[in-house]
Amino acid sequence: MRNIGTCLALVLISLTALPLWAQSTGPLKIEITEGVIEPMPFAAPAFVAENTAARQMAEDLASVVVADLVGSGIFREIPRAAQISGISNFDAPVQFSDWKAINAQALITGAVTMRGNGQIVVKFRLFDVFAQAQLGEGLQFVGTQDDWRRMAHKVSDAVYARLTGEPGYFDSRVVYVAETGPKNARRKRLAIMDYDGANARDLTDDSALVLAPRFSPDGNKVLYTSYETGLPRVFVLNLKNMRRKALSELPGMTFAPRYSPDGKTILLSLSSGGNTDIYSVKVRGGKRTRLTSAPSIETAPSYSPDGNQIVFESDRAGSQQLYVMPAGGGEARRISFGSGRYGTPVWSPRGDLVAFTKMNKGRFHIGVMRLDGTEERLLTASFLDEGPTWSPNGRVLMFFRETRGAKGVPSIYSVDVSGRNLKPVPVSGNGSDPSWSTLLK
Amino acid sequence: MNFRLIGMLVLSTVILAGCATGVPDSGARGENFKPNTTEFFNASVGDRVLFAVNENTLGVEATSILNAQAAWLAQNTAFSAIIEGHADEQGTRAYNLALGARRAAAVQSYLVSQGVAASRLKTVTYGKERPIEICSSESCWSKNRRAVTVVSAGGTS
Repeated sequence: MRNIGTCLALVLISLTALPLWAQSTGPLKIEITEGVIEPMPFAAPAFVAENTAARQMAEDLASVVVADLVGSGIFREIPRAAQISGISNFDAPVQFSDWKAINAQALITGAVTMRGNGQIVVKFRLFDVFAQAQLGEGLQFVGTQDDWRRMAHKVSDAVYARLTGEPGYFDSRVVYVAETGPKNARRKRLAIMDYDGANARDLTDDSALVLAPRFSPDGNKVLYTSYETGLPRVFVLNLKNMRRKALSELPGMTFAPRYSPDGKTILLSLSSGGNTDIYSVKVRGGKRTRLTSAPSIETAPSYSPDGNQIVFESDRAGSQQLYVMPAGGGEARRISFGSGRYGTPVWSPRGDLVAFTKMNKGRFHIGVMRLDGTEERLLTASFLDEGPTWSPNGRVLMFFRETRGAKGVPSIYSVDVSGRNLKPVPVSGNGSDPSWSTLLK
Repeated sequence: MNFRLIGMLVLSTVILAGCATGVPDSGARGENFKPNTTEFFNASVGDRVLFAVNENTLGVEATSILNAQAAWLAQNTAFSAIIEGHADEQGTRAYNLALGARRAAAVQSYLVSQGVAASRLKTVTYGKERPIEICSSESCWSKNRRAVTVVSAGGTS
């Protein structure tokens, strides 16, 4: 609740800062009652097709922008049918009264040109209707036809950022495990999709069991665990040339890898003689450092955004709990003290929270807590919810939910850090182990 | 491949009998196999032991099966084994991999303590990735929390 509150305060500030504000009909009001917020109404009339060839693209781009913003749960679209006028000329003055009449607080206008060489040019502007003013500069994106969805997401990210004061998360991707086959003969492949489930494609075949992919901070590489040698081993897949290789000469079984925020170090778990500990491995040179050495299970490590600390899980106290230690190893402090077991901790990119899987009384939850263990909030509950991953701006979590029983299958879901807006990510087929990228460049 | 599947089906019967009596039922259907075969090991000696939730402790039933495994391995020196550790679905992926490794290692240590050369035994964990029973209740989970000794003629690789 607290975070969303902050976020909406920023909305207010960015809108009230406008010079014409004082003359408008009254302050923009966003209701926060019992944790339910009133999404901000906006209108996104059909983008202007600057030439005939751009007509379909103008339509498609606008609908992706609308889907992004509505999907965030923070915005509500005033449907086209209710709109009094459209925008037929991108550069003509906006008739604010038409938009004010339908109570659209924000107005997004756009124009699309298709060039002969296959390039698309997208322009957009954002207006505060009640202040009768443009919010920020108009922006123009140029890209190839294949990238049209990314261009729409970039428009959405700019709108989101201007209205909330925070970076967006729409132009991003998710690597995950695509699953097929029955529960006792499951086949798994690595796959990648846009954050909204579009453009899904496989990255590996299912000849070897693959688990838990994790993006590098620059989005160009993916760490994962593969059984292609017969044992679980950490591999790195280069998305630019699709080459993969096992990670240096680590003995035994390795899994649960994750990059440091600067991409120079990899954390992973190594099992040897039945004992699992956390190691760091330098990407260059492969220098290996053992960070834990208890006889208990230490796994699922995740760096703080500044790279100075690591949150991980351990059963050193008898059951699976969350701990924080310095990045170089050393004394760890326990942070989870609620009932049940806690695993898969992931440090928020904002640094303020850790997301985790909680198991309690036969139910699984995705939750968040502060780094001192306070303010624990469970966001979901089901037979099996597992493996949260943060949106680039730390406002949304994806995870996977597996249904109960002999026909149980996993699906990827997302939920706001407030616990609102829980919904399945529309992936074709079944998916698990999502890892959300940073914003694409 | 088919052979191995059949072996597994037979085996669950053997395990149940073994749990009830504390001794593997050496009759069962293993009589159709020669004693120095993988099929005999799986069906008559018993290739797996089961664990309690989040545990890697070997109980009475488990140790009696492992004693029989050790005796068989002592007689059949051309065989080596890969011990697979598994967990049920009621846990997170990474933790279950670690738990499976712990279970496989518990079996390996026990077999070594019974005189099997460590060089003949390797371990692998599958965590919760390879359930044999697929219902979501204790009747299935109890069979999935297992360590399976997979024997084969020749060295482990």
